[in-house]
Amino acid sequence: MYPARFEYFAPSSVEEALSVLERYGDEAKVLAGGQSLIPLMKLRFASPRALVDLNGIDGLDELYEDNGMLNIGALVRHKACERSDLLRKRYGVLADAAPQISDPIVRNRGTVAGSLAHADPQGDWGSALLAGGGQVQVRGSDGTRTISLDDFFLGPFTTALEPTEIVTWVQVPEPGPRSGGAYFKLERKVGDFATVAVGVHVSFSNGKVERAGIALTGVGPRNLRAESAEQALAGHELDDEAIGEAARLAAQAAEPRDDVRGSAEYKRNVVRVFTERGLRKAAERREKQ
Amino acid sequence: MTETATEQAVYTKQLNVTVNGQARSAAIETRLLLVHFLRETLGLTGTHIGCDTTSCGACTVLVDGTPVKSCTCFAVQTEGSEITTVEGLAPAGGLHPVQEGFHEEHGLQCGFCTPGMMLTATALLAENPNPSETEIRWALSGNICRCTGYQNIVKAVQYAAAKMREGS
Repeated sequence: MYPARFEYFAPSSVEEALSVLERYGDEAKVLAGGQSLIPLMKLRFASPRALVDLNGIDGLDELYEDNGMLNIGALVRHKACERSDLLRKRYGVLADAAPQISDPIVRNRGTVAGSLAHADPQGDWGSALLAGGGQVQVRGSDGTRTISLDDFFLGPFTTALEPTEIVTWVQVPEPGPRSGGAYFKLERKVGDFATVAVGVHVSFSNGKVERAGIALTGVGPRNLRAESAEQALAGHELDDEAIGEAARLAAQAAEPRDDVRGSAEYKRNVVRVFTERGLRKAAERREKQ
Repeated sequence: MTETATEQAVYTKQLNVTVNGQARSAAIETRLLLVHFLRETLGLTGTHIGCDTTSCGACTVLVDGTPVKSCTCFAVQTEGSEITTVEGLAPAGGLHPVQEGFHEEHGLQCGFCTPGMMLTATALLAENPNPSETEIRWALSGNICRCTGYQNIVKAVQYAAAKMREGS
């Protein structure tokens, strides 16, 4: 047997799950879809003494809009996002990202919240949600706190989550009526991590960019926001010149490294191309609303 | 140092599942992967271990009708579930339409990926009785055939789809 031994808990409420985490502290791990955690345990990169399986907790598999927020429960699978009409209509960057994550069988189990908590710099949800201005609701025994994704990702596989806390909901502000988004990903084959991916979400007001979110996957120690590119767009029309400049700035913000998937130079250029395509697609989708 | 029974007990669970229509119960270690439970505890070796890294899909089984890579799921997670392995596909004395399709269209060469391919295809057809070629290829994209025999695998699924529509 590959993984080290662990005690298995299948709580039926978040409170019960938290009490196990309190007891085991950083020797416990939370299990949702398991599509990242179980491979780590098999390699013994992770050897938790206790595993807290959230799958028996009711209500965490919901995906809905409420009070100006899209809410994605901790047990919402990639597959549910892939099939969501709500995401397809209003959250282009999320709807595009979902079917590009890993492969269809992994998407049956893997979760959005779990991907964020895993914080792989090559993870797709991090960038798609950063572009959309996302945040996480985190439960601990002291109550709930909200962490913006900008503050959540600290580095490779490292987040602001305490060992005694659980990501219960992922939230994205509802986009205004005039907005659009897209996610472009380059992968060598289905199921591979991104060589490069770029998430874009733009909201418009009076024909100009009100807010632009641009985030990069696979070209840094965490999912990166291309802030200079975002700022350059704010208040401007999304014309060819603005798109070209934003794409150039996004490429500059990337911190790519040479590896088997490509040279740093190549990846930086893909960031430029995908930012341009993403912005054009976002504009096109706005028109259709 | 020998372990006490209590120490061992915390790492053990009684698992109750239905496998291929049959109720099964076993005391298992919590760290036992579903694929090892099926192959070693139950002796159902039709489920293959390919890459063992969540990539190839050879170990795919259906858990409550949904394809799952059984190398990336602890057996304890399936408590109360209905599991279908390749051994559970065929009705008594016959072949499942998907199996017949793989037979008729030569949908396998070495056969190693076949159980996973067939289970993924079965789940696809349960949901979408008339998939396009693109939909079939998309659905099977988490299952790798090392012989690269995809052409005939797709044909086999198309055969099964037609056969199942005829029969329904």
